Amino acid sequence: MTDLLRRANGPILIALLLALWQLAFNLVGRDALTPPAETIAYTWYLLGTEAFWRHIAETGTAFLIALLLAILFGLALGLQLGLHRLSGQVAEPLLLAANSVPKIALYPIVLLLFGIGMPAKIAFGAIHGIVPVAIFTMSACRNVAPVHYRTAAALRLSRWDMITHVLLPAALPEIFSGIRIGFSLTLIGTILGEMFGSQRGLGYLLMTAIGLQNTRVIMSVTLLLVLFATSISVALLAADRRLRRT
Amino acid sequence: MTRVGLYRIGLVALPAVALELLCRGGVIDRLTMPPPSQIVDGLVRILLAGQMTGAILKTLANVTLAFVLSLLIGIAAAAAIHRVPFVRRLLDPLFATYYAIPIYAFYPLFMIVFGLGDAPQVLIAFMLAVVGVIVSTLNGLDTLPRALLRTARVYRMNPVQTALRITLPYAAPFLFTGMKLAIAYAFIGVIGAEFIMSRTGLGYEIRFAYDNLDNLVMYPLILLILLLASGINMTLDHWERLLLARRARR
Repeated sequence: MTDLLRRANGPILIALLLALWQLAFNLVGRDALTPPAETIAYTWYLLGTEAFWRHIAETGTAFLIALLLAILFGLALGLQLGLHRLSGQVAEPLLLAANSVPKIALYPIVLLLFGIGMPAKIAFGAIHGIVPVAIFTMSACRNVAPVHYRTAAALRLSRWDMITHVLLPAALPEIFSGIRIGFSLTLIGTILGEMFGSQRGLGYLLMTAIGLQNTRVIMSVTLLLVLFATSISVALLAADRRLRRT
Repeated sequence: MTRVGLYRIGLVALPAVALELLCRGGVIDRLTMPPPSQIVDGLVRILLAGQMTGAILKTLANVTLAFVLSLLIGIAAAAAIHRVPFVRRLLDPLFATYYAIPIYAFYPLFMIVFGLGDAPQVLIAFMLAVVGVIVSTLNGLDTLPRALLRTARVYRMNPVQTALRITLPYAAPFLFTGMKLAIAYAFIGVIGAEFIMSRTGLGYEIRFAYDNLDNLVMYPLILLILLLASGINMTLDHWERLLLARRARR
């Protein structure tokens, strides 16, 4: 019975959220919201048009490259700070402070550096994702049992072998959590970058729809982003839990 | 000053000096970035002249409002959710994936519903901050030893007394984590919302300066935001470490 309830949690939650959405629509009306059924229908229609897919492809490309960069640089930075005591001590407070900074304030600088277009979006997405990946990697390195490091030293493993054969397998669950959070933030960063510094992509679509007060497009794009972000996030979360159990 | 502290200052100062030289030497042109010394000078001048005081106070007031609301409502909600396991199980997946949702996408809807005033910005910041508070508080309540709850029952405390005298003090370090998250998210929410669309606040002023290519206003204001956010974060970190150290000694 409890098992059944647990499995029903997801659908119950989704049904509740849909009901809330419908209720909100009934309260505030058509100016601000479109009702669930209509939004889903319009999203479906948009997904049938070629122009919309061009925007999705644009956003998808920018996001994937940004995520890759965020993971690579975040891992490199996190490993350096986690494995080298002094640099960790020096940089940790700065890294934590960087995490609390509203990165959106940096967007004019990114635009001045890269100009409007793909590179600016990628850079903006990546700077959102790097910090959490770095922080989690750093703390993962420190949480690895010292005996692992001593064994690696006793076996005279090279630094690279130590990282790939000892550290990464041992610290993988925590690093994966960092990547999971980095994923979400990179997506948000990429969309934000598109809202300001782009002529293409879902963020641009959202920004023009805001300007035109086109509620249908706003709702559909938002729905699509939320669906994409939560479904990937649920999958990553499941993988995260599996990693931690083993 | 410890060696670590010196290195840390160096880590911040060296790039600043390098940028200064690159700007003065003309490698980075003025349209891209003024030299750091001019940025600092501009910030001091702007603060003294008071032309931005209104915008700064506006942003800080909205951040504070969102922060206080998220803290109060978040802690109360967490205490309530913790008592009802069914609701907890229902909401857990929502909490776990919440920060993957691009909350800014809801900003236009809020603007249509609440108008162009401060409410949409505060609401965005509140929505970002409150879940961080709820999750940290729940984490704290999860570790509560049963013996403490039994003690409360022995003393016949009612739920409010139990919360105020036993549960919340016990969960204080976790509440502190939630508080730090809430401040950071409140800043991110308010300034982000001001950027996207608003007529007041630091985010708006930066965007306005950017649109007018006014680098001598834009860069100092960006610096101000960086200083404010990281300054608050570092102060809280320091405070938290003192708190934990005192707990450990007892």
